[in-house]
Amino acid sequence: MVDRELGDKIPTFGDSQDKGDQSVGLTNLSAFKGGEARSALEIAAIIAVAVVIVGGAELLLRVFEVPQFVLPPPSAILTALVVDFPFIAPHLGHTLIELFAGYAIGASIGLVLAALITQVPFAEKIIAPYILMLVTTPMLALVPLLILRFGFGYEPRIIAVALASGPMVMINAATGFRRVDLAKIALARSFGANTIQIFMKIRVPMALPMIIVGLMIGAIFGLLTAVGAEMVGGGFGLGNRLTTYSATIQMPQFFAVILILSTLGILIYVTFFLIGKKWAGWES
Amino acid sequence: MDAGVTPTEEARVKLAVRGATKYYDTKSGPLHALDNYSMDVNEGEFTCVVGPSGCGKTTLLWSVAGLHSLTSGDVLLDGEHVRGPHPQIGMVFQEANLLPWRNLTRNIQLPFEIKRRQTDQEHIDHLLERVGLAGFGNKFPRELSGGMQQRAAIVRALSFNPSVLLMDEPFGALDAFTRDEMNLLVEEIWLETRKTIVFITHNITEAVFLSDRVFVMSARPGRLAKVFDISFPRPRSLDLLATREVFELVNEIKAEIQHTPSAATAAAALEMADG
Repeated sequence: MVDRELGDKIPTFGDSQDKGDQSVGLTNLSAFKGGEARSALEIAAIIAVAVVIVGGAELLLRVFEVPQFVLPPPSAILTALVVDFPFIAPHLGHTLIELFAGYAIGASIGLVLAALITQVPFAEKIIAPYILMLVTTPMLALVPLLILRFGFGYEPRIIAVALASGPMVMINAATGFRRVDLAKIALARSFGANTIQIFMKIRVPMALPMIIVGLMIGAIFGLLTAVGAEMVGGGFGLGNRLTTYSATIQMPQFFAVILILSTLGILIYVTFFLIGKKWAGWES
Repeated sequence: MDAGVTPTEEARVKLAVRGATKYYDTKSGPLHALDNYSMDVNEGEFTCVVGPSGCGKTTLLWSVAGLHSLTSGDVLLDGEHVRGPHPQIGMVFQEANLLPWRNLTRNIQLPFEIKRRQTDQEHIDHLLERVGLAGFGNKFPRELSGGMQQRAAIVRALSFNPSVLLMDEPFGALDAFTRDEMNLLVEEIWLETRKTIVFITHNITEAVFLSDRVFVMSARPGRLAKVFDISFPRPRSLDLLATREVFELVNEIKAEIQHTPSAATAAAALEMADG
């Protein structure tokens, strides 16, 4: 009668058994540890730096009469952003659709696979090298192939986003699910918890910080891949705008798109930062 | 005689461990943790198991709690085999073992969630009040001192009113003053509830202070070396610890632990003889 959850291990306390394993994720939880409420002075300083950089760039570019195709001044970029936004907006919409659809597919498959394979250490050992290959291979490289098969629509992009974000989510979530604290499982078992209850009440909460990190990295990789795939082929999306604007030397519009992309990236980061603070704050 | 147990009443065996033997499979071969260990614990009795670190005390307790299988031997609760986690057994773990992602209230609710039972809030509030944690429900474990965490763990273990309480070196990580305080609290709670308690510790003084009987365990593989009856009247005060009787008793137990031909050394000698 070996306990299904506890196995037959020598009782240990307080150590998750993954101590040396933390570095598997591309980042650690330090992302969630900083970011305490900044003082008014710090906020003012951050804004001041922005003003100096933007103002300084504007001034220098105009004084030295740098041509627009080299680097347009910030004012021209902002004007382009406002004026051309109605035209850029649908492309933003396309990119977001690809990102959300691909990410939803990739992240959910990644999460489920991570939860499943970590329950079977043997399967995990077998699968690990292939997952590593999926993580390290730039999925952008597959886009031309996908376009051949699926054409210039959403499909190749969504697949590429799913392929890029899924393994990132999976590898980090798996690190989380591997953090087995025998004492906490024993605690739940002592109250008669079954496998599902132990999974929901102990394993998932313990894995949550790493899951959130994985979801964040996956989302950022997804954005990267969506834009990259759009640059490879197809007539719509923010990536397509970048190639078109640079080909037609519309640099203010080009940088306006870059600005939108970095805003998207920051939004992704902030969203997951807040989620992490709320759901994984106990870790720090 | 303790209040509540009349002299005519025959002490009833609540918990029995019979010939408990445990081997773990490790990379370097089988590890002999427990060797033919037996003990009877009477209903409402406070017993301590003392022994050197790594002698198999925790293995014993996990087996009694049904968290571990024994290689051979039996655990009987009210005469019935314990084959898995038992609703009549509550457990207090080393280092409190609270879930860091839950606040105190939700930590204490955990057993009820798992058992799918209505939380016995009245009982919990009473216990929290009793251990001095009323009003701390919203605090997370990291915001509490070690002593407070362990009080919460005791409340959690008692919340569903088990008849047996197993305590696994609960105060090992606490400083001496907090430990004294916790020992007084545990005795008080025991006097009020009369749970059957098996308390594991490597601190002999703590064992003497708390117990009706002290079971001394040898070094690994753990076997029963000797049983000491501790008959000081209750409730006991910390002054007791300064008395000659306690001093002598502690030394006697210490000598027993040191003098018991350590089975580990004996086994090592055997292994060497075996080549």
